[in-house]
Amino acid sequence: MSTQAPLLAVANLTMRFGGLTAVSALSFQARSGEITAVIGPNGAGKTTVFNCITGFYRPTSGGLTLTRPDGVQLALQSLPGHRIARTAKVARTFQNIRLFAGMTVLENLMVAQHNMMMPTVIGGLLAVFGLGSYRSKQRVAIDRARHWLNEIGLLNRADDPAGALPYGAQRRLEIARAMCTGPVLLCLDEPAAGLNPRESDELSDLLMRIRGDGCSLLLIEHDMGVVMRISDHVVVLDHGKKISDGTPTEVRNDPKVIAAYLGEGDEDEETPAGAEAAA
Amino acid sequence: MSKYPAALGGKSQPPALVRVVRDAGLSAIVAFGLFASMIGLRLFPTGNGMKLHYRWLMLAAVVVAVFAGRVIMLTWRANRPAGTPQPRRIAEAINHAGKYVGAVFLIAAATLPLYGGRYFIDTGILVMTYVMLGWGLTIVVGLAGLLDLGYVAFYAVGAYSYALLSTTYHLGFWTTLPIAGLLAAVWGILLGFPVLRLRGDYLAIVTLAFGEIIRVVLINWTSFTGGPNGITDIPRPTLFGLKFNGSGDPDTFAAFFGIDYSLTQRVVFLYYVIFGLALLTNWVSLRLRRLPLGRAWEALREDEIACRALGINVTVTKLTAFAIGAMFGGFAGAFFATRQAFVSPESFNFGESALVLAIVVLGGLGSQLGVALAAVVMIGGSELFRDFAEYRMLVFGVGLVVMMVLRPRGLVSGRTPSIALGARKEIAAELVAQGRG
Repeated sequence: MSTQAPLLAVANLTMRFGGLTAVSALSFQARSGEITAVIGPNGAGKTTVFNCITGFYRPTSGGLTLTRPDGVQLALQSLPGHRIARTAKVARTFQNIRLFAGMTVLENLMVAQHNMMMPTVIGGLLAVFGLGSYRSKQRVAIDRARHWLNEIGLLNRADDPAGALPYGAQRRLEIARAMCTGPVLLCLDEPAAGLNPRESDELSDLLMRIRGDGCSLLLIEHDMGVVMRISDHVVVLDHGKKISDGTPTEVRNDPKVIAAYLGEGDEDEETPAGAEAAA
Repeated sequence: MSKYPAALGGKSQPPALVRVVRDAGLSAIVAFGLFASMIGLRLFPTGNGMKLHYRWLMLAAVVVAVFAGRVIMLTWRANRPAGTPQPRRIAEAINHAGKYVGAVFLIAAATLPLYGGRYFIDTGILVMTYVMLGWGLTIVVGLAGLLDLGYVAFYAVGAYSYALLSTTYHLGFWTTLPIAGLLAAVWGILLGFPVLRLRGDYLAIVTLAFGEIIRVVLINWTSFTGGPNGITDIPRPTLFGLKFNGSGDPDTFAAFFGIDYSLTQRVVFLYYVIFGLALLTNWVSLRLRRLPLGRAWEALREDEIACRALGINVTVTKLTAFAIGAMFGGFAGAFFATRQAFVSPESFNFGESALVLAIVVLGGLGSQLGVALAAVVMIGGSELFRDFAEYRMLVFGVGLVVMMVLRPRGLVSGRTPSIALGARKEIAAELVAQGRG
C-alpha cells in the first residue's frame, strides 16, 4: 500500500489573491479508497484548495498530482477546467447547490454523462440524422441515472424539475450528478450543510457506499459528527496553513487543533477573512 | 358604511366611496392637464394665417372616460376574487391547447396556397421567413441563453453569399444554399470566439456591434459587394432545373407541364421553399434538444459553472450554438436574396435583429410554437395594419407592453423536459433560467 502513489498529492500549494495569501505552502495526500476530510475554521482556505483541485483557480505555485488507477499521472494545475472532470475524473459538488434547476432530475443526471454520450462534436451533430451509436449510449446513460436515483431515493421524482426538490434531496442529487461522471475522486464541499441529523446520517451512509464502490472522497465539512464517523484521514487547515494531519482520533486530540477551533493563543498577524468570500 | 374598519389607535380611513371618487378625480385632473392642449385646442390654416378652435366637448369626453375608467378599475380591484390570477389560467389553457394549436397551424400553413390569394401568399412568405429566423435565433437565445443582438449579420452573410456566388460563378440556388449556410456558420464561430467570456449585457453589446460591422463593410466595400447599390439580377430558384418565367422555353415550369404561365406559380413555389426550410430548422432544433448537445446548451443556460465541473467543454458548446443558429440565419438569407432578386445593405440593419429578437422573446424563450405564433402576430399583424401606417408602430408598442405585463415569459412559457422515465411534465417558467449570456 505504501509503495503505491497516492491518488492525489498536493505539494506546496500556494494561492494568492493580490496581497492576500489564502493558502500557503500546503501539502497533503489523499489515498485511494479512503475518505479524506479537510476541516478548519471559517476562512481557513478550504474552498480555495477545492477550487484549485477542480480547476476553478489556477494555483500561484505548487503542484497537484493525480494518479489514476490505470497509473496515468496528471498535473491538475495545468489541465483546462473541463478536462479535470473528463480526463482526470475528479468530480465536485458546490457549497451553494448548483443544480440545473429548470431541468428535471433525470436530465441533470443525463447532462453529467455528456462526454460519454457525445465524445466528439461531429458525432453529436451526426446524431441529428440518427447516425452513430447514440441510441445504445443513451440507454446505458439512462440505466446509470436510474441506478443513482435509486441510490439516493429519488427514483419516483425523476421527472420533476430539480429546482422543486426539497433542500436535502437537492444535496443528494448534486452528489448523484457528480457520481454520474464516473469519477475516481469525488470532492464534496460541505455536503451536510443545512441537513437535519437524520439526513446527515443518511448522507454518511451514502458516502460510505460510494467509497465501497471504489470511489475515493475528499470532503470539506463543518459537521464534526459526520467527519469523525466516516473519515479515514483528516487534514486541518487554519489561516491557509496545515496545522494537523492524521486519523480522526489523532486530530481530535491535537492541541493545535483545539486551539484553532477555540481561538486560544492565536496571535496571528494576518487574518485571511476574504479567502472564504473569494472562494 | 365603510368597508374598512379604522386601524387600531391610528387615523381612521375615509369611507371607500369617498376614496374612490377622490382617486378618480385626481386621475381626471391629470388627464385634463395632459390633454387640454393636445385635444382641446386645434389650429386650422385659413386663407391668411391660422385660426384657433376650441374642442371643449371632446376634451370633456376624454376626461370623463378617464374618470369612469379609474372608478371601474378600483371597483374591480376591490372585489377581485382570490385564487389563481387570470393570466396564469390563460397560460395554462394555452399550454394545454398547445398540441392542437400546433397541428392546426401546420395544416393551415401547408395548405395556404390553396385558399389564399397572391397577397396572402406573399405575406405568408414574409411571415415564414421570420418564423425561420426566429427558430434559428431560438437556438442561440432560447436554448443556450446567449443574448445575440446581431443575428441579422448571419442573415446578411447568407444573402450576400448567394448573391455573389450566383452572379459571379452562376451557381444555382440549391448548390449555393448549403454553402451560404456553411459560410454563415463560419462567421458564427468567428463571432463566437471573441465573445466567449462575455455575459449578459456585454455579450449583447458586442454582438450588436458585430451586426453593424457587417453592414458597414457591405456598404463600403464597393468593389466586392456593390456598396449601397447592392446586387441586382440575382437568379430565381429552380424546381429540378425548371425555371419559373413566361419565356415559353422547354426548361420552364409552365412549358414542361404544358400549362399557361402565371406569376402565382413562382410565388407558390417560393412559399413552399421557405416552408420547407422553416420545417427543417424546426426539425433540427427539436431533435437537437433531445440529444446531448442540445441538453448541454440548456445546461449552459442554467449554470455554466456546474457545466464546467461536469466536464462539459463550455467553449465548444457555445460555439456550436452560435454556428448552428447562424447557419439557419444563412439559409434564410440565401432565400431572401433569391426571392427579392436584389440585396442591399439596407435590408440588414439593426431593426431586423431587434424584430427577430422581439419575436423570440414574445414567443417564449425556447418555445417553437410560441415563436411561430409571435411571428404570425408581429409580421402578419403589421401587414394588416399597413393601411393605418401612422398608428402601426403605436399599436405594435402597446401590444408588446401589454403582452409583457400579462405574460412576461412569452406566449408559450414553461419548458418540456427532453427526456423522461414516465410522462413528460411541463416545467413552470419560474424555475427555468433565462440565461445571462
